[in-house]
Amino acid sequence: MSELLDLNLVEASKSLKNKEISSLELTKAYLKSISDTSSLGAYLEIVEDKAISMAKESDKKLIDGTARPLEGIPIGIKDMFCTKDIKTTASSKILENFIPTYESTVTQNLWNDGAVILGKLSCDEFAMGSSNETAAKGNVINPWLKNKKMSPGGSSGGSAAAVASRSALAATGTDTGGSIRQPAAFCGITGLKPTYGRCSRWGIVAFSSSLDQAGPLARTVSDAALMLNSMAGYDQKDSTSANLKMPDLMDYLDIGIKGKKIGIPKEYTQEGISEDIVKFYEKSIDWLRDEGAEIIPVSLPHTKYALPAYYIIAPAEASSNLARYDGVRYGARQEASSLDEMYELTRGTGFGDEVKRRIMIGTYVLSSGYYDAYYLKAQKVRRLIKEDFENVYKKVDYILTPSTPTTSFELGKKQDPLTMYLNDIFTVPASLAGLPGISLPVGLDKSGLPIGIQLIANSFDEPGLISTAKVLEMSAGFNFIADGAAR
Amino acid sequence: MNVNSTLKPGNIQGETGIWEMVIGLEIHAQISSKSKLFSGASASFGSEANRNVSLVDAAMPGMLPVINEFCVEQAVKTGLALNAKINNVSVFDRKNYFYADLPQGYQISQFTKPIVGEGEIIVDLDDGEQTTIGIERLHLEQDAGKSLHDQHPTKSYIDLNRTGVALMEIVSKPDIRSPQEAGAYVKKIRSILRYIGACDGNMEEGSLRADCNVSVRKSGEEFGTRCEIKNLNSIRFIIQAIQSEAERQVDILEEGGTIDQETRLFDTSTGETRSMRSKEDAHDYRYFPDPDLLPLEFSESWVQDIKEKLPELPDSLKKRLVKDFGITSYDASILVEEKDYVDFYQQAANGRDGKLTANWMITELFGALKKDNLSFSESPITSENLGELIYLISNGTISGKIAKEVFSEMMKSKKSPSDIVKEKGLEQVSDDTEILKLIDQVISDNQDKVNEYLSGKDKLFGFFVGQVMKLSQGKANPGVVNKLLKEKLK
Repeated sequence: MSELLDLNLVEASKSLKNKEISSLELTKAYLKSISDTSSLGAYLEIVEDKAISMAKESDKKLIDGTARPLEGIPIGIKDMFCTKDIKTTASSKILENFIPTYESTVTQNLWNDGAVILGKLSCDEFAMGSSNETAAKGNVINPWLKNKKMSPGGSSGGSAAAVASRSALAATGTDTGGSIRQPAAFCGITGLKPTYGRCSRWGIVAFSSSLDQAGPLARTVSDAALMLNSMAGYDQKDSTSANLKMPDLMDYLDIGIKGKKIGIPKEYTQEGISEDIVKFYEKSIDWLRDEGAEIIPVSLPHTKYALPAYYIIAPAEASSNLARYDGVRYGARQEASSLDEMYELTRGTGFGDEVKRRIMIGTYVLSSGYYDAYYLKAQKVRRLIKEDFENVYKKVDYILTPSTPTTSFELGKKQDPLTMYLNDIFTVPASLAGLPGISLPVGLDKSGLPIGIQLIANSFDEPGLISTAKVLEMSAGFNFIADGAAR
Repeated sequence: MNVNSTLKPGNIQGETGIWEMVIGLEIHAQISSKSKLFSGASASFGSEANRNVSLVDAAMPGMLPVINEFCVEQAVKTGLALNAKINNVSVFDRKNYFYADLPQGYQISQFTKPIVGEGEIIVDLDDGEQTTIGIERLHLEQDAGKSLHDQHPTKSYIDLNRTGVALMEIVSKPDIRSPQEAGAYVKKIRSILRYIGACDGNMEEGSLRADCNVSVRKSGEEFGTRCEIKNLNSIRFIIQAIQSEAERQVDILEEGGTIDQETRLFDTSTGETRSMRSKEDAHDYRYFPDPDLLPLEFSESWVQDIKEKLPELPDSLKKRLVKDFGITSYDASILVEEKDYVDFYQQAANGRDGKLTANWMITELFGALKKDNLSFSESPITSENLGELIYLISNGTISGKIAKEVFSEMMKSKKSPSDIVKEKGLEQVSDDTEILKLIDQVISDNQDKVNEYLSGKDKLFGFFVGQVMKLSQGKANPGVVNKLLKEKLK
């Protein structure tokens, strides 16, 4: 069993195609992992029968030589993706019994390429959170330092914990302000947020439409590349989807970074960052220099306004996007004697505190009299942040930053919302600018928790992002396995 | 002196003087599109409840809107027909409010950057005068669904068939000064929309409805506080509602009161407006650009292509009818009111007497349809058959009097006039020998009257004509009868 779990996605795919292993045995190994690590709470729904039947289907294709790129690979899906006939709740009570009649474009792309679904993964409610503690069914536990019950990060906490605990070979996530990169950093895995528009948003429960973007969480850069190859693509059903063909990312893994320019923004090394992270950030700079990159100090002067702008724009869009959960057509309804009372009871009991907080903030910033001072100003800041990046990309090819200011924190140690929001301080600027970013593990801190480093590329330069990340991955040589992972 | 006799339409005589109405209209026109504005569901009217609902319309989680290009084209076409500025970049906004028949919790509309900007149209008034009304803007938006409150004692039912159907909201400037002008303005807009095929203009089915903003002022003063009367679905109601609302406002102002800015509903049973919600209760719609949709952009050449394909519009057509068919400007304005009328007329009048055709169409056909309670499209008489009737009259085959008989038979049986004339033997008799036979008969039957006539009672001539016509069952050519009778009775 253990040898099967030791294979990363690229290796497993190779073994499957060489008929050294079958998808059925691989899938069964992961189903057993899921049950062995169930105390982590990563899965909200396990679809064992479906997994087995998809694996059998894949085995047929592997035998008759019609295998597709992800044939027989068992993966987990964040509960923000609508999956046909499989409960999709967005980790919210208001959708606790919602079963879509349709499949999101991104997951459909994965199934079309042969992937096998294991189940649905927990996340912060409607992807709003940075610790996975806002999930209606309770928090997920980070497989690292399992006895201390650390946060896996969020919002894709279930996805990150599942990959890190080896109960999924890879997983899908969504990233609005850091929801793929921050949990990937906390759980010692690789998480990639593509350029806004790279993956279709059709069928993904919307949080903040101008920021939401799907991406993979995986063990390695190559695994993430292979996943994104299948997930990405133009979709007529999403008007914001980019009509651009993405090159095969697997062709960019061994390009190297000789002569490439790496920008080091001075605004990303302020006080409040843990010493260990600073240490590994500096090491990462050295590694890249050693591999032939030119290191160039740059400035993104409006970085300090990114977080406040994000916490206006994202809640504003969310307040409108979540209006549809009104108890009228689907989802939980609380009966009442008038329509207004029904709304109040349904939404009052259906949404958790963090979701309510953001709906309140969003409603406030869009209200007449406040719109110009908040929403409009935040949009102006967003444009300035975009321009910051545009200016920097005239001088450099990639930007290197820490993924998070700290490593994972203990669950239940109640943090106030503002401290929690600071988790996303390094991931939010790229989100506002719509740029692709990747977080990969480069080492452990003193307490043994993984440290993530982020690379940010220019729009639609996922190929270059992959090449650079691969170099950093090789240099860091991170090969630790979480103590809470299945063996 | 009766002051009312000098009062202009739209003016109200109060105790303190004459009040003037200031009116602006928002017309909601449903675009004639097979599918909805942002989804592929059918936009057809009259389907069973909740049959035309896609996942997008029902606002299922993760569903996204995709703009219907045909609807954009119709909006541009309409903008061009309203002589308005076309905005090559416009933006869709979300108008947020909660209601059970609004699944998304917001309506996708256009707020700060509409697809069409300022324009103007010429409106024909009943007295033959014309006036120009400014257009403020035209924007695209989604319709909401329908709440049914009378199906269950404690619950409301929701029908989402209309949800997401494409509407154009056409906003006029406050240039309208009387209810009659408002009615004529709506008529003109409806006529233009039908000409270009952007909207069927069917007010009974709700394809065209209007909100009316009404205020009153003394001549020369600033605009007064306005009230908005929502959702009027006939021109008659628009006229009634504006008149009654303006009178209500004058009564309040004359008693020293002030007008509260509010939204009102027109009660068709009482003919009066009543308050729906005050300004304080007005929604804060929290408009913001819809992040699911990119700004709507199109090229100037695309607009030019649409412009070139635009059909001839009523104003130019009216001029052409007067010139080509020699009809009066008044008749022409009636004929161009509806595209169907003018198409019918042009087919019927082709190669025939244009004036005669216009008379028969406006007086006889419209009258008969009204009497039988039929719409124009239900007319049993085709343009071909009316044209043939005009031909039969013009070439003397039948008299005007017989033509009326043939016409009513055409209304009943839908047969062609030639068939009716042939079947009933109604051809006009102009042959001298035929008519002389009839005259001889009448003379021999009325020898006493002939003697009276010959002794100087000239008035009896009409009697003889009548007798001959009667004997011919109306078929004798009256001109020939007159001529021959005069000769015979010399």
